[in-house]
Amino acid sequence: MRCEKCQKNEATVHLTQVIDGTVKKSHLCEACAEAGGIDLQNPASIADALLLGLGQSKPEAEPGEPDEGCPHCHLKRSDFKRTGRLGCPKCYETWRDSLRPLVRSMHRGERHVGKTPRRLRAGVRRTIEIERLERELEAAVAREAYEDAAELRDRIRRLRGEAGEAAS
Amino acid sequence: MKIGEWFERPAAWLDGDAASAVVVSSRVRLARNLEDAAFPGWAGEEERVRVWERLRASFAAVPALETALCIGNEEMTDLERTLLFERHLVSLEHARQGRGSGLALRADEQLSVMVNEEDHLRLQALSPGLNLRACWQRVNALDDALEADTRYAFSPDWGYLTACPTNVGTGMRASVMLHLPALALLDEMSRTVKGIQKIGLAVRGLWGEGTEAHGNLFQVSNQVTLGEREETLLERLEQVVRELMEHEENARGRLLEKRETLLRDQTGRAVGILGRAHILASREALDLLSALRLGIESGMLKDVDRRVIDDLLLRVQPAHVQWSAGRRLTATERDEARAAMVRGRLAAALERPRRRRKSDE
Repeated sequence: MRCEKCQKNEATVHLTQVIDGTVKKSHLCEACAEAGGIDLQNPASIADALLLGLGQSKPEAEPGEPDEGCPHCHLKRSDFKRTGRLGCPKCYETWRDSLRPLVRSMHRGERHVGKTPRRLRAGVRRTIEIERLERELEAAVAREAYEDAAELRDRIRRLRGEAGEAAS
Repeated sequence: MKIGEWFERPAAWLDGDAASAVVVSSRVRLARNLEDAAFPGWAGEEERVRVWERLRASFAAVPALETALCIGNEEMTDLERTLLFERHLVSLEHARQGRGSGLALRADEQLSVMVNEEDHLRLQALSPGLNLRACWQRVNALDDALEADTRYAFSPDWGYLTACPTNVGTGMRASVMLHLPALALLDEMSRTVKGIQKIGLAVRGLWGEGTEAHGNLFQVSNQVTLGEREETLLERLEQVVRELMEHEENARGRLLEKRETLLRDQTGRAVGILGRAHILASREALDLLSALRLGIESGMLKDVDRRVIDDLLLRVQPAHVQWSAGRRLTATERDEARAAMVRGRLAAALERPRRRRKSDE
């Protein structure tokens, strides 16, 4: 089998990638695989290449993402595509919209439910509680239970107030 | 303890009593980052040095690391760093780093911290046998202690933020090392691996690629780090490991019952080649030692202590061979030195019981 990139060498690297739920197989020669960022000595990078969609131009920059890179560490989209590594913790905010589908495909869900640093524990619990109450509020409004809704709204306000105090 | 003294001893996680026949060791690793610094791969050397100095200072205040060796990568030779890698105390990526990266390592090898590998911090608990919960408790406590002095990069949505999105969330990678020679001998590994991959776990050979594991040592670990609690991830891994243990034990039973001659043959060949060879490549050595380990556990070779074999699994690796020789060796010289070392240790291990038997008579 010939390498699908250069069409010259024998394909010796066979990859199976899952992109947006569809399976795509790639057959490459070693040179093209390495040019695509796959270090054959280091299997972790093969996983990276799969996740990043080797050589794929998709996904393009989401609206609102800066062309000039992360304002904090100046990492560019092309840097991330090349290495599969982000530049700094703030990159998760900068590239939030394009990271979301990527992260969803790698993990189970998009939301952290595990350990929380101690300094944030109360705050995170509060955020989760507020989200829960907001869902209940919506349901209460939908079934026109306005007394319940008023009570829920007050509880949400109180929790938001506490969050504000904790932040200041 | 000095770094040089480390390599005289057997690896703590290869403890002959605690390591079971099938499960060799367990490990839980947490990836953490400082909120106000670029990730190591993107930071310049000066920033990495600042992070290492800062973290090194905070290690001093952590009781669990009180007696730990704290050492910068540039204070070690390439060989010493590779030795640590061969002992699973650091990753290959960490062993390749120079100035600006470092390591805190407790003498009992149960806890270690890599600084400026792919993330600022990689906390790691290591234990012989199947001990995921104990590892998690230990590394979790260390994480809490470090947090007193450190502000981690964390978002309520994404969890702990890591340089690679494959680790985001819990930042936890738990893994178990298993010796599965009977499944390999009966050609059942690739089927087993496929089943495990379906449920979100990864299986890879400890040495070698994919299902081709030299020495039949495999590592099973969680792939997913976001969307599930640490305890859930650990439970699932442990359950799969217990199933794998059962599969392997059944396979050993079948071998013993139906193909005892094959087992006897494998063991005898391993003793023959390891005991007589003068040129021994590391792959061949690992495979034969694996056969010997299976032979001992199946009662084909009663007199040899498994610990001798486990220690050899470590010492046949390239950096260890050079460490024993006391100098850099070419590949050819390594194969000769490896053969000589294995011949010597195996002869001693076989000689001891023989002498004991004679004195009994």
